[in-house]
Amino acid sequence: MKLTKKTATGAGKTDSKGLGLSRRTFLKNTGITTGGLAAAGFMGNGMIRKAEAKTEAISPNAPKEVKRTICSHCSVGCGVYAEVQNGVWTYQEPAFDHPFNRGAHCAKGASLREHGHGERRLKYPMKLVNGKWQKVSWETAIDEIGDKMQQIRAESGPDSVYWLGSAKHNNEQAYLFRKFAAHWGTNNVDHQARICHSTTVAGVANTWGYGAMTNSFNDMHNCKSVILIGSNPSEAHPVAMQHILLAKERNKAQIIVVDPRFTRTAAKANEYVRIRPGTDVAYVWGLLWHIFENGWEDKEFIRQRVYGMDEVRAEVAKWTPAEVENVTGVGEAQMRKVAKMLATNRPGSVVWCMGGTQHTTGNNNTRAYCILMLALGNMGVSGGGANIFRGHDNVQGATDLGVLSHTLPGYYGLSGGAWKHWAGVWGVDLEWLKGRFDPAQYRGKQPMNNAGIPVSRWVDGVLENKDKIDQKDNIRAMVYWGHAVNSQTRGVEMKKAMEKLDMMVIVDPYPTHAAVMHDRKDGVYLLPACTQFETYGSVTASNRSIQWRDQVIEPLFESKTDHEIMYRFAKKLGFADQLFKNIKVEGNIPVIEDITREFNSGMWTIGYTAQSPERLKAHQQNWHTFDFDTLKADGGPANGDFYGMPWPCWGTPEMKHPGTPLLYDTSKPVAEGGLNFRARFGVERDGVSLLAEDSYPVGADIKDGHPEFTDKLLKQLGWWDDLTAEEKKAAEGKNWKTDLSGGIQRVAIKHGCAPFGNAKARAVVWTFPDKVPLHREPLYTPRRDLLSKYATWKDVESHYRLPTLYESIQKQDFSKEYPIILTSGRLVEYEGGGEETRSNPWLAELQQEMFAEINPYDANNLNVRDGADIWVEGAEGGRIKVKAMVTRRVDRGVVFIPFHFGGKFQGKDLTDKYPQGSAPYVVGEAANTATTYGYDSVTQMQETKVTLCKVTPA
Amino acid sequence: MAKMKFLCDSERCIECNGCVTACKNANETEWGIQRRRVVTLDDGEPTETSISVACMHCTDAPCMAVCPTDCFYQTDDGIVLHDKDLCIGCGYCLFACPFGAPQFPTEGAFGERGKMDKCTFCAGGPEEDPIVEKEKYGANRIKEGKLPLCAEMCSTKALLAGDAQVVSDIFRERVVYRGHKDGAWSSLEGGAATPGQMSQEEMAARAEAFATDATFASNTKGDIIAKA
Repeated sequence: MKLTKKTATGAGKTDSKGLGLSRRTFLKNTGITTGGLAAAGFMGNGMIRKAEAKTEAISPNAPKEVKRTICSHCSVGCGVYAEVQNGVWTYQEPAFDHPFNRGAHCAKGASLREHGHGERRLKYPMKLVNGKWQKVSWETAIDEIGDKMQQIRAESGPDSVYWLGSAKHNNEQAYLFRKFAAHWGTNNVDHQARICHSTTVAGVANTWGYGAMTNSFNDMHNCKSVILIGSNPSEAHPVAMQHILLAKERNKAQIIVVDPRFTRTAAKANEYVRIRPGTDVAYVWGLLWHIFENGWEDKEFIRQRVYGMDEVRAEVAKWTPAEVENVTGVGEAQMRKVAKMLATNRPGSVVWCMGGTQHTTGNNNTRAYCILMLALGNMGVSGGGANIFRGHDNVQGATDLGVLSHTLPGYYGLSGGAWKHWAGVWGVDLEWLKGRFDPAQYRGKQPMNNAGIPVSRWVDGVLENKDKIDQKDNIRAMVYWGHAVNSQTRGVEMKKAMEKLDMMVIVDPYPTHAAVMHDRKDGVYLLPACTQFETYGSVTASNRSIQWRDQVIEPLFESKTDHEIMYRFAKKLGFADQLFKNIKVEGNIPVIEDITREFNSGMWTIGYTAQSPERLKAHQQNWHTFDFDTLKADGGPANGDFYGMPWPCWGTPEMKHPGTPLLYDTSKPVAEGGLNFRARFGVERDGVSLLAEDSYPVGADIKDGHPEFTDKLLKQLGWWDDLTAEEKKAAEGKNWKTDLSGGIQRVAIKHGCAPFGNAKARAVVWTFPDKVPLHREPLYTPRRDLLSKYATWKDVESHYRLPTLYESIQKQDFSKEYPIILTSGRLVEYEGGGEETRSNPWLAELQQEMFAEINPYDANNLNVRDGADIWVEGAEGGRIKVKAMVTRRVDRGVVFIPFHFGGKFQGKDLTDKYPQGSAPYVVGEAANTATTYGYDSVTQMQETKVTLCKVTPA
Repeated sequence: MAKMKFLCDSERCIECNGCVTACKNANETEWGIQRRRVVTLDDGEPTETSISVACMHCTDAPCMAVCPTDCFYQTDDGIVLHDKDLCIGCGYCLFACPFGAPQFPTEGAFGERGKMDKCTFCAGGPEEDPIVEKEKYGANRIKEGKLPLCAEMCSTKALLAGDAQVVSDIFRERVVYRGHKDGAWSSLEGGAATPGQMSQEEMAARAEAFATDATFASNTKGDIIAKA
């Protein structure tokens, strides 16, 4: 049934030409008393009438269906009651019984019901013909796109089509998407995790085993201190603040915010520390200098559970208070004060987000944060942990399910063994699968086993000289399947890349900035996808809990669910039979539960195996039985389980593992959610054991460190006969990751041991460019004087198939012409590239203008007035025209811009280029038009947090 | 009878605007009309403090006193409502209101203000037909035994709504936990007393006095409780 709740009165282009009062300038300039009046007056008639909508009256007495769903705007995972009448989403009620949010929402969650209106959605498939949008049928669109893809495949190989997936897919869709790309025959598949927390996943997994948030939002109630570095939950994860403020209020937790910008989170902190952007490692080493100097480290914890801390000590010794002040700008007194706050308020937790990850040195930053927690002995305890807040609602799930160019689902990687494992799970012939890939070798590597081009670099995959790329040809077709291109850096070059492509396919509920930022005349298709409220399935929150969503409404307009679109493409491209071997397809719609069961049967590495659809639904129906502090169900159908069975939830569903609420917590038996650090990096190095010493989970039969479980280890231990005859057959020659029966995991846990071994965390990662995390200046740095000591890396000839530049950029001095540091971040009203949220009038009304925050000192020197138009020009020449917001929120020499805007490009309004009736209510310059080159040396994370710019009045 | 009050706990308000869009969600007011807004003082400065503001449903409401057409009325729960059929859009209520609560849509060629619109505490307005009531005044959650959606959805439970007694009980408990010497409207740093400076009893007494002031608590108990 079509949603008819609201029909916009003018379906034409938007005219968001109002005054564009941001809530900030607005309040500053007008005062509250006249605010409402002024806003209404300046907005003009057109504005009001556009947003005004006709309501089709549905009697409040019409029968109501209540659906349980999860907010799709961030990874906190807030529960929602959606009330539906006659197929229309008429009410949204707070889920007071939901264990994460207790009914609470931020601006985005509180306006979730607007998704049921969707006035500005893309209504039907469209293609660009001679510069005009033309409506086409689904069949025509799939046929034409499929034919073109096959042609490109024949000419340039499968790697010339890029499958860009999404953290907005549910788990089932994300998994299917990765599998789809594998069946097409490419690793050129990736999603937003690359540009959000890839450096976290790499840095953290390489420190202690798993690359995820270790504790939970709820567990933060038990913190005695919280240090937030490069994280602003007041805007990015507002409901997390409910938990953090509870810790502050009830537990007297000390809240420390370290950020170049005085954020809304900083306004709630006990201590605010302003650092120069891009100096995180120096700052953390500065804290550790005081901690080591005063003997505040947890020596026993380090002895038992940490490898390589002495090498860190040697590096930290160089970071004297004077050097720290010189590099970060933070003086000795405050450094010591914060170090002491952390030392005397244990357990404490570290929180970081994009402010830490989106750097060329992101992997060093994330490891430094981990080491800080290890030194303080804050890991594996309630109230401690590395609480890494993920971004999109399902970015954790999409990461776990391998929508990444360097791994298959479950972090199995791309080795022959990984392919063998998954081909087995999928029931497809491995040789057939190999035949789908380009068999040639590039620089000695075959595309099937070589990481694909990451999303941060697709632009270079299109523009780079093809001899320098480790695949047959350039990328010729891009499929943007739930992706905001304006969240990626280097907008000006991106436009060039878009214009060079043979074909662009955008699959999204909205047209997105990608539909309008280029000057193409043809070869662009827009396919309307559903939101998560028009389908159902599972979603993984930041704390690793998996939650089930009901379908709230039927697909709006002609939109289709992502999994149906995948099925239609697979059918067209000729591999539907292989792709859906274990998955029933009803009509054109694959059955979601079958997909859940399929990934359950293969995701042994991270324990995504026991969260069956039945268990997930039982949790969903019993929100109220889970405790607000521990997340544990006390009684009820899920008695003893932790909410959402946070992974690892070991073994088969029948084993009834409750999930692991806190990673590496030895105070509980493994069978009840306990754990230790993972043995992932071998058992010894240079003659020193990497295994844990005298530390093991309660009730373990092996009371010391041990390697990961294999069939051989079981035999050595004499535990082999604990397996059933059937399990023995499946486990022979296998290990805990590849035994599809789950027998090895079951027996290990029966003996109280973690299937993945019991090792120390490692403070040094010998496989990374910097073994011990080092401070390195950003590529675009204003501190040329520091380059002799803290220069970046040498250029790399090939990384993720592409040449990657470091030194050759840093060597050039841009700081004369571009003297101001440019950094970017979040606004609470919008999410990501903002297309969805800027199309929601309830949100769009609150932030109508793209702006740049600039310190009064710089503003006065540059003759910039508050509220005036300015040009911000990035060091590579990309320019954006925005409103100046003069504020001490940013330091002298730093400009901050939010990254959610799109629909304008270098001063030009692109509203007219959207298909009729689908332009968002608010458009603005994309921040990333002005951002520049720079990629992490391990994961190719893009640098968005430090570059250089100049500001001029417009 | 309950006496309905809002209280925004500025120690918890993070300016996430959840209350603003929750209001839109419940009442579907048009673009430009925000019955509830978040005010931030000292934006970007160390003393930055935010507070969510809407009609405070004053006991002795100045808007009622000045309205030339006498369109306002107060329910038994202490909620201040008005009749849009009587409103002439003169704007006196806006001048009288200490909180800037009344809003005016601009419609028509001559820029008249249109009918005044403001927070109804999600209690609808004087219309029998629920469909007309919803269209004209927004939600009537009070009738269903629910509280205003803005407070129910507040991300950090900063915004409280409900019977004054219950609201002040919740707030008083927080103040005691925090041990602040000033409580409600203090800024974080300025108002903080280090533990030990004041006895528990003293803190509790001061908190109680303050909470009572802040919420104009009445002695009557209501049947609708704050869900915060």
